[in-house]
Amino acid sequence: MSQTFTKSMARNIFYGGSVFFFLLFLALTFDTNSAMPDRDNRDAITEEVALGKIVWEENNCIGCHTLLGEGAYFAPELGNVYKRLGSTEAIKGFIRSRPKEGIPGRRSMPQFNLSEEELNAVAEFLKYASEINTANWPPNIQG
Amino acid sequence: MKYQSQAVAKPYFIAAIGLFIGQIVFGVILGLQYVVGDFLFPEIPFNVARMVHTNLLIVWLLFGFMGAAYYLVPEESETELHSPGLAILTFWIFLVAGALTVLGYLLVPYASLAEMTGNALLPTMGREFLEQPTITKLGIVVVALAFLFNIGMTILKGRKTVVSLVLLIGLVGLAVFFLFSFYNPDNLVKDKYYWWWVVHLWVEGVWELILGSILAFVLIKTTGVDREVIEKWLYVIIAMTLITGIIGTGHHYYWIGTPEYWQWWGSIFSAMEPIPFFMMTVFAFNMVNRRRRNHPNQAAVLWALGTAVMAFLGAGVWGFMHTLAPINYYTHGTQITAAHGHMAFYGAYVMIVITMISYAMPMLRGRNAANSGSSQVVEMWSFWLMTVSMVFITLFLTAAGVLQTYIQRYTDDPQPFMVVQEKIEIFYWMREVAGVVFLLGLILYAMSFFVGGAEPEEA
Repeated sequence: MSQTFTKSMARNIFYGGSVFFFLLFLALTFDTNSAMPDRDNRDAITEEVALGKIVWEENNCIGCHTLLGEGAYFAPELGNVYKRLGSTEAIKGFIRSRPKEGIPGRRSMPQFNLSEEELNAVAEFLKYASEINTANWPPNIQG
Repeated sequence: MKYQSQAVAKPYFIAAIGLFIGQIVFGVILGLQYVVGDFLFPEIPFNVARMVHTNLLIVWLLFGFMGAAYYLVPEESETELHSPGLAILTFWIFLVAGALTVLGYLLVPYASLAEMTGNALLPTMGREFLEQPTITKLGIVVVALAFLFNIGMTILKGRKTVVSLVLLIGLVGLAVFFLFSFYNPDNLVKDKYYWWWVVHLWVEGVWELILGSILAFVLIKTTGVDREVIEKWLYVIIAMTLITGIIGTGHHYYWIGTPEYWQWWGSIFSAMEPIPFFMMTVFAFNMVNRRRRNHPNQAAVLWALGTAVMAFLGAGVWGFMHTLAPINYYTHGTQITAAHGHMAFYGAYVMIVITMISYAMPMLRGRNAANSGSSQVVEMWSFWLMTVSMVFITLFLTAAGVLQTYIQRYTDDPQPFMVVQEKIEIFYWMREVAGVVFLLGLILYAMSFFVGGAEPEEA
């Protein structure tokens, strides 16, 4: 680079630019937080849904599935599974019925031996997640 | 080696390579589980193997960054490390904590691990890449603080260079943003929003400062180009990194319940994220072309140039491919994401750590500047085996991802996830073959350390 563009100019762009864009990011974050209540379905977060999130986390569901498109890509998207399967009963039935030893030659979800309370909670959590306003993502019901 | 205390870097580098091998073994297991669904089921289900694969990656890269800092900072500061004893102590704490965590993943069900480690007190587990028990996370914070104290004190008492200052900013940022891993609200949208403050602001933010500073250090040493020139480049590159990358976080906020203006902010700024990577490539080749010496460690120079090219391809090009909101609407959370993740991590962070190891390890093992010619030949073979197989892993996953996106998301008659997975199986098989070649390349890399012979003279 030419001599007219000095190291201290480069340094100032670094510090100035970083601080400016971080402050802008904080401002956008502030605005996002104020806009969230209209989109994030927070009214549906009951104690049961909160427990469901813990069940979701403590069984590492994200290690195979995506949730709103984030996670692992080994198993179906679950952000819209409530809509895909149609009911919390269907979700619970699926989780409950996983064979302990898997399915020969195929991918299979482990049998997590969840209690009825945990099953209800995780199903309610997935119902809550499906009703978050995600700007129409995923493109269709298959996730 | 100019300062005795630089020697503490050696165990860090050895641990990094050891854990890297473990990471790739689990990668090969995962690749096989994609096509032989019941492989190792139910003993090691996919989610456990994946957790081991990604967590080992993070831990060994952190070992690599710390080792790099312990080697680089005393030399830049022209003084001994503040406390070599503390560096060795934190090495063992970090290694034992990491090993116990991975054993925990493998030996007990994840839910039991959560119970045993008291996750209920402060639930932080079960989120992608942040699966570590809360107590492990606290351990990471303690190790990071001790490490930053050690590095910071060394820089304070010695010469302050741009390289060590940028490294320090990157490392402080790494520690600060990790604190968001303790924030886990019930609200899924908020959880995801701040989860990215760890993940994105690490890999597309402060880690790039660490990357840039290590690359600058190795280029100063191997090319003999004037420090002033290299430092100016470094400032410009990291300025562009943060100017584009901070607001670029928005490309994760398209579909998770956040306002839709993020589709504009995220698309525009993250579309510019390849710029600093492209500059890094131009920078590395320019410096090597303008070299004032022919450093005898040609392997290290190869890794440095490889880092610049592969980081641009993996992070820059493959990132750009699916970063615009209208495209991401269809590709979000498919094998396209996996393809980008693999090449970006390899190109940017795996390769920069190996660059540093390649440069520093000969000195740490008592040589003047470089390993023997025959050792370097083996190392360069491992470079090409790993790099080319990673290119193929990425290409196969990209093909799988394009088909998946089309059949599952884009056609008038979208097919269910598992139906689509079977249709694209051939690409998973080819990816697995490429993965095995990668593992062979890595074994060859480890073997290169045991090839003896006389040290080459500087040409």
